[in-house]
Amino acid sequence: MLVKGNPVEGVAQFTTLDQISQMIRENPVTNAVSSWGRQSSLWPLTFGLACCAIEMMATACSRYDLDRMGIIFRPSPRQSDVMVVAGTMTKKIAPAVKRLYDQMSEPRWVIAMGGCASAGGPYNTYSVVQGTELVIPVDVFVPGCPPRPDALLYAFLQLQEKIRKENPELLRRRGGGGA
Amino acid sequence: MRELTELEENTLIVTFKKRFAADILGTVVDRVRAEVTYTIKKEAILGVCHSLKSEPDFKMNALSDLIGAESGESCPRFEVIYQLLAMESRLRLRLRVRVKENEEIDSVTKVWRSAGWAEREAYDMFGIVFKGHPDLRRIYLPEDFDGFPLRKDFPLRGYKDKYNPNGEER
Repeated sequence: MLVKGNPVEGVAQFTTLDQISQMIRENPVTNAVSSWGRQSSLWPLTFGLACCAIEMMATACSRYDLDRMGIIFRPSPRQSDVMVVAGTMTKKIAPAVKRLYDQMSEPRWVIAMGGCASAGGPYNTYSVVQGTELVIPVDVFVPGCPPRPDALLYAFLQLQEKIRKENPELLRRRGGGGA
Repeated sequence: MRELTELEENTLIVTFKKRFAADILGTVVDRVRAEVTYTIKKEAILGVCHSLKSEPDFKMNALSDLIGAESGESCPRFEVIYQLLAMESRLRLRLRVRVKENEEIDSVTKVWRSAGWAEREAYDMFGIVFKGHPDLRRIYLPEDFDGFPLRKDFPLRGYKDKYNPNGEER
């Protein structure tokens, strides 16, 4: 469907979303705008596993106020971009974490919050998963037991930095990259 | 710390020993902590519990806790410990039953319904099977978990699997 004199004549011929997103990604200007959009409205999944979740809630509350950075907790994995794995992940909850991650749509990121989520923490035992990396891929690790709210804030800033620097090639390697 | 009261002395020691003389294997009376413990024959536990709950002498109407334990290399391998409470008279009593490996013990869920989850915990951690339990399955660990982690022959860091690369090889 080509309209005579259409300024985006060439673009309109693309029929699939993938092609459109690829075009946005490959143009440095549109890519920067798209990344800026993504990094400025990171919506984490409301999801906590242990004591780190309390600190995560504190980060979201008025004193540290994640909202001012466009980070708003969402109650559904379908609406979320980031999963903050906050706390000790046991082998029993691991399939549920994997399932929630699978339910999130691309692009999606994961922050492993605290020692337990990063590497099992002090729980080198029969029931605890020795690091989120064994279940789902992780973008940012936050050390601490639990990390202070500033540390989680800094993790979000690092994630924003990472998103800003994402390029089409990296995204293709991830297997995602919808606009 | 306190001494045993007269009521405790009469009910938990004199009356109990008279009533269940045939079922007692051993008695431990800790007078400093005011605790009375009986080792009961495995076959008798359901009957003893039922009597303790229903008979007016005892009225042990609450099972505070039910615990599994492993006593090391000695035989029988396992123990089940019952912490009983009579709410009215505030008497507390501890029963202890020794269970061999691969042996079943009667469930007391028919006497105290609160035993249900506690027995599931003992099964989950030690693999002690409670005969007559309405729904005996794991309570804390995932259903497909292999082994009973509080047994002394279970490695401290668990077995190696996809979630635990630090565990011991099987």
